Amino acid sequence: MASNLTNEVVYAKLKENFGDKIGELTVPFDLLTIEVTSNDAHSIIDWLKKDDTLQISYLTLMGAVHYPEDKGRELAIVYHLHSLVNNFRIRLKAFISIDYPTIASITDIHVAANWLERETYDFFGVIFTGHPNLKRILNEDSMDYFPMRKEYQLEDATREDKDDRFFGRE
Amino acid sequence: MSKEINENLEDYALDRSSHETIDGDIATLNLGPTHPATHGIFENVLTVDGEKILDAVQTVGYIHRAFEKLAERRPYNQINTITDRLNYCSSPINNIGWAITMEKLAGITVPKRVDYMRVIIMELARINDHLICNSVVGVDTGALTGFTYLFQQREAIYELFEEVCGARLTTNMCRIGGFERDFSEAFNQKLDAFLVNFPKVFKEFDDLLSRNRIFMDRTIGSGPISAERALEYSFSGPNLRAAGVDYDVRVMNPYCSYEDFDFIVPVGSQGDTYDRFQVRQEEIRQSLSIIKQALAKMPEGPFHADVPEFYLPPKQDVYEKMEALIYHFKIVMGETNVPVGEIYTSVEGGNGELGFYLISDGGRTPYRLQFRRPCFLYYQAYPEMIKGQTISDAVLTLSSMNVIAGELDA
Repeated sequence: MASNLTNEVVYAKLKENFGDKIGELTVPFDLLTIEVTSNDAHSIIDWLKKDDTLQISYLTLMGAVHYPEDKGRELAIVYHLHSLVNNFRIRLKAFISIDYPTIASITDIHVAANWLERETYDFFGVIFTGHPNLKRILNEDSMDYFPMRKEYQLEDATREDKDDRFFGRE
Repeated sequence: MSKEINENLEDYALDRSSHETIDGDIATLNLGPTHPATHGIFENVLTVDGEKILDAVQTVGYIHRAFEKLAERRPYNQINTITDRLNYCSSPINNIGWAITMEKLAGITVPKRVDYMRVIIMELARINDHLICNSVVGVDTGALTGFTYLFQQREAIYELFEEVCGARLTTNMCRIGGFERDFSEAFNQKLDAFLVNFPKVFKEFDDLLSRNRIFMDRTIGSGPISAERALEYSFSGPNLRAAGVDYDVRVMNPYCSYEDFDFIVPVGSQGDTYDRFQVRQEEIRQSLSIIKQALAKMPEGPFHADVPEFYLPPKQDVYEKMEALIYHFKIVMGETNVPVGEIYTSVEGGNGELGFYLISDGGRTPYRLQFRRPCFLYYQAYPEMIKGQTISDAVLTLSSMNVIAGELDA
């Protein structure tokens, strides 16, 4: 199943339809990665699914990454999408602030996003607006923090024997 | 607990008046979390009218072990042991998937022999995974015999794993760069014996169930899903193929030289329990064929790449050679330099596309590691698949979907 889509073609099509809502073209390890604005992630994913040539309609994975240093855009919501027809993969990233961690749910486009969004809420505290049943999924309901955020150390934070300074790193 | 259940039911806004009932009674039934019929810790709150299921609400997370958080504190070579515990019916595939991810990130090319060895191991693991699933489907229809027939062959596969890595279930088999050791003479002998003995037993198992009238009556039409719905739910692996979509990572995005082998990707048409069973049966035959091809074409050469930064030196060298000692120390202490990068790789696991989304910031541990766990995605469809079916079908559907608690809950 040879793919006739190239990163440039897909990027140009996206740019044509969404203009400056689309970030730069990057291709880390052969996977087209595009940053999109958080307000438009929903419509872009919807468009990718409905476009007749692209047909990027399979949600492979979605989740979040926490970058505490990056003020104002601490949380990255990462979508991995796949066109099974064209065998083409794409990664979309939307950055949101941790003070107002809200993004539109894509459960109306991809049913499979339901649990993935619940998981992302569970671990990162991202609120997906429009999600039918946004509550914790793997952790217990009474938990009052979001454990995958970087401020929650897995080990005792006062422990010094594994400090990077002792290994010649800052 | 009962409060939670009621909330769940309210969430799903079950309209009780719309269902025609036999005697006007709708009951709530807890299937699990620990129930002998569910093969793992799955909690399902069923709303039933007699035997008929009107609605179901799953609760997951009973064996959540925070793998993604753990991975952020572990050096790269120690993450292998975490992957074992995802889908523990075919842990070598998880191990190798992780090794491939790291090799891609670090730009390591492994020798052809390693690829072929990995293919043999992965296909053995796939056979094992499918055998467990299919024989348990048999058990859930009341046919225990097939399960006991196959037990001995599964034991043979576990013994093969034992020959390679010393472990049986949580194998921790693969290393970044290759294997810990080459296939031994005992492994080759046992594999040859397996390739002779297994097809006979497998045929017996197939004869017992495949065209068995009772088995067919029980499984055809049980827990069906259409191709469209399966795709919307991001199904992958045998469950998606049973619904009629020929998506197989081994063919679409070949890894480990899978492009060198001829095999068929079987598909079903109804997406029901019988199709899932048959797809797995055929995949077992295809896996056997791949193993035979790999054995026939097995290239000579080293069993690991020459990457001292990632691949532990032989223990004897650590005592005698300075360089080996340094590399040993660096690997064990997690002091290997790893490139900065962001990578997604996937392999065809026992029950679907097993993916690794890894972000490295150049530090000792992953900055973020997310697993694509196929179970987690397709288990969402379970209520939809069992609505209108009977309780016994619900059990059958669960086992034929091959939902593995370890993978589901990470």
